[in-house]
Amino acid sequence: MTPSKPRVGLFVTCLVDMFRPTVGFSAVKLLEEAGCEVDVPMDQTCCGQPAYNSGDNESARKVARPLIDMFADYDYVVAPSGSCAGMIKKHFPELFANDPAMADKVKALSDKTFELVSFLTDVMKVDAVPASFEGKVTYHDSCSGLRELKVKEQPRKLLNSIKGLEISELSEPETCCGFGGTFCVKYPEISGKMVGDKTKDIKQTGAKTLLAGDMGCLMNMAGKLAREGSDVEVRHVAEVLADMTMAAPPIAGSNSKTGGE
Amino acid sequence: MSTSSNTSSRDAILGRIRKSLGRGAGEAAPVSVTERLSSPKANPVVPKRAQLAHPKQVELFEEMAKSVNATVAMVVSDNDIPREVARFLADHNLPARIKTSPDSAVSGLPWSDTALEVSTGIAGPEDAVSVTPSFGGVAETGSLMLRSGAGTPYTLNMLPDTHIVVLKASDIVGTYEEVWARLREKEGHGNMPRTFLWVTGPSRTGDIEQTIQLGAHGPRRLHIVLVDDTKENK
Amino acid sequence: MNVSTSPKFKENVHGALRDESLQRALGRLKSGFQEKRSAAAAKMPEFEALRDQARDIKNHTLENLDHYLLKFEENVKANGGHVHWCADAAEAREVVAKICRDKNAKSVLKGKSMISEEIGLNDFLEKQDLKVVETDLGEYIIQLRHEPPSHIIAPAIHVHKEQVADSFRETHTGRDPNRSLVEPRELLDEAREVMREHFFAADIGITGANFLIAETGTSVIVTNEGNGDLTQTLSRVHIAIASLEKVVPTLEDASSILRVLARSATGQEMSSYTTFSTGPKRDGDLDGPEEYHVILLDNGRSNMLGTEFQDMLRCIRCAACMNHCPVYGAVGGHAYGWVYPGPMGSVLSPSLIGVDEAGHLPNASTFCGKCEEVCPMRIPLPKMMRHWREREFEKHLSPSSFRYGIKTWAFFASKPKLYRAVTGIASKVLGKMSGGKGKIAKLPLAGGWTDMRDLPAPEGKTFKELWAEKQKQQGGSK
Repeated sequence: MTPSKPRVGLFVTCLVDMFRPTVGFSAVKLLEEAGCEVDVPMDQTCCGQPAYNSGDNESARKVARPLIDMFADYDYVVAPSGSCAGMIKKHFPELFANDPAMADKVKALSDKTFELVSFLTDVMKVDAVPASFEGKVTYHDSCSGLRELKVKEQPRKLLNSIKGLEISELSEPETCCGFGGTFCVKYPEISGKMVGDKTKDIKQTGAKTLLAGDMGCLMNMAGKLAREGSDVEVRHVAEVLADMTMAAPPIAGSNSKTGGE
Repeated sequence: MSTSSNTSSRDAILGRIRKSLGRGAGEAAPVSVTERLSSPKANPVVPKRAQLAHPKQVELFEEMAKSVNATVAMVVSDNDIPREVARFLADHNLPARIKTSPDSAVSGLPWSDTALEVSTGIAGPEDAVSVTPSFGGVAETGSLMLRSGAGTPYTLNMLPDTHIVVLKASDIVGTYEEVWARLREKEGHGNMPRTFLWVTGPSRTGDIEQTIQLGAHGPRRLHIVLVDDTKENK
Repeated sequence: MNVSTSPKFKENVHGALRDESLQRALGRLKSGFQEKRSAAAAKMPEFEALRDQARDIKNHTLENLDHYLLKFEENVKANGGHVHWCADAAEAREVVAKICRDKNAKSVLKGKSMISEEIGLNDFLEKQDLKVVETDLGEYIIQLRHEPPSHIIAPAIHVHKEQVADSFRETHTGRDPNRSLVEPRELLDEAREVMREHFFAADIGITGANFLIAETGTSVIVTNEGNGDLTQTLSRVHIAIASLEKVVPTLEDASSILRVLARSATGQEMSSYTTFSTGPKRDGDLDGPEEYHVILLDNGRSNMLGTEFQDMLRCIRCAACMNHCPVYGAVGGHAYGWVYPGPMGSVLSPSLIGVDEAGHLPNASTFCGKCEEVCPMRIPLPKMMRHWREREFEKHLSPSSFRYGIKTWAFFASKPKLYRAVTGIASKVLGKMSGGKGKIAKLPLAGGWTDMRDLPAPEGKTFKELWAEKQKQQGGSK
């Protein structure tokens, strides 16, 4: 439209890249509709969080460092994940704290990195999306997005702009689902208990669809719901906001008798 | 008598602290420390709810005390206290026998106006009701301030099933900080009684299945007789 | 020191998750603590500012810890009390035992003290033929059950009233065996009656301390039951046991922190009793202890100063972190295997008993951040757990398969082309394995995941593959 379109570098995240490309395309669509020019640096892999949270800062830096130059030229870096955006925004400065030569670059990257939905509402001032969706959904607040980036009202605001969509809140929307990165495989029994409590809460809302903004949490909850034979369908919030629910079956498939969407 | 049982541990601990904080032995305390200790100041952030004119503070005290299961009755003069105590005990079917603090503020009241059996001293296992004076009250949480001393033995606050406290309205302040200022003014800086007790409602416990029960080891009932002395003072 | 079962954390967890009675008890955390804290915070508009103020007070104190401890000592002595500096648990136990011997004591009453748990005091004193009675109702219950506390402010939170009744019937002999012990009130009344006899017979009263005040040489305890007060007033000798970071400069400083303590702990605006004790009873006092001793315990804390764990020394033991922790809520306090459970324990325990012993604890967190959100002292608990993981990684304490896994992953993730190729293949293979059902129920080497839940299958191609195809179709518009 105009040459002043903000240039956004999409940080796809490793889980979206490998498991759920539809979320990436949903993000691109939402960003473009909001007036951004979107680019995807092809050499990106992961934000380094698995190593960082395992205490292996050396490996974390090895994986994280290339991103700093890779995304240097964009106006914004946007990720469809509160966890990965939080890693770049909040933890990169700590990870590179002992490297004064990197300080300015890391700070610049941190300042311009955002989680997708809050970027749309808070930076691009989007207050409605032209999507259609019929039915009751429930929304899980992923921990990193909620507590590190204060993502809470933004997804609800956009979801509420969709005619026909009704949000039925969880009794404990802010309680961790038990994913926790490597936690879920290191302490599977605790994780299993936590996600079991979560799916109980999900089922009690009566919603047919569960939404959240982080693939890790979504895969955990979807995997548990699938194991329990639940017909609750699980999707990343971006898929609904971008009106792309036809592009892929729900995460972990559908148990619905009617065959889903 | 030696006051530190092991000077080598004392030196070792202090040595480790100094090393961790990166300073040598014998370094004098900085002004920020010495001033804080010599002239303590009220905290910059205190609850606004207690920043009120005095009559409102008295109301807030009453409201807060009631919210933690204390009962409050207002009387207009000291002479009315014994009758209020007798009324409270009769209303609750409690024994008409009390133990008061030796302090004349309570022991010197006209108890003979009532049929109560009154004695004075420390509390023992047989004492079911005590009547004590108070150093003050704090409006922000409805807390009573009680100090131990020759006239105010401490056990009266804790052992009897029913604790009745006489509080003068003029001794109610907004915040805890104001109490400490008053105590320093009265006793001199650094002089504390053996025990200074804040009482905020009667004794309670939630240790059995998190069900709140009153009267765990201390009093089941806390009754505050508030004496409206503010008019005389002015 | 108390023996820990922290190395067996996973086995402890396994048992805890299958303990129906425990799970029922943990279900009460939400209504018991979480909702009450949240209501108390909402009633205090300055709550966030009070948290900042409390943090700043402790930070200032820790930066000047030596000065404030010396001032505290000076003022305890000036008021006729005694201060005992103890480097470790053994020394602290021995000091207490010596005071008991010097006084020819037969019985010791105790108010609730986590430090006494930390140093394993009860067992030690009992071996010296002293009768030790816990006076806090919760502590008394677990003492009868020969258990450690499972929570730092509600030690018997895992126990049901029927179990309390069983313990009482077994211990309180000479009472009507057919008496009713059904309601909490009946249980409490019996405990109160039994405890009264102990209170009047006590020689030594031991309490903990929530604060030590340098300005006045005062120790402060915060209780709801009044047990601590009776313990320290009716005994001939009052011993307050405290770790050295409990010191604060002034009465005002203690008051400020008190404003966030109960609100964060039980959701009360203030606990029933906040007791400031200074020295032994004064000339003319009719009651109170004849002697007053303070045990100042280090036990590893001085080494935390000046390190990335210094902030942990701000902790005021309110238990908000464990009350809100989903991991604590799932497994309870005993699984952690040592005195301090929950997030604060996951940071503190490795400092006190070693990271090789307590290594599981800082790992058993999802970093959900709820603990930091509710910590009145704004302790960055997840960050410090991560620091422990760093230490473990440096010391090669993490399992080698795990270390190897992370290193291998980092190798691929730092080679973009190779990474694209490998993830491209993995996506397709996993996609195929799902047989079009969108999920995989069993996957070799991924039991940690698939034992608990299905693995959602990848869509088929990676985003980057699809993106590249799309760019190509659009004729290289870039």
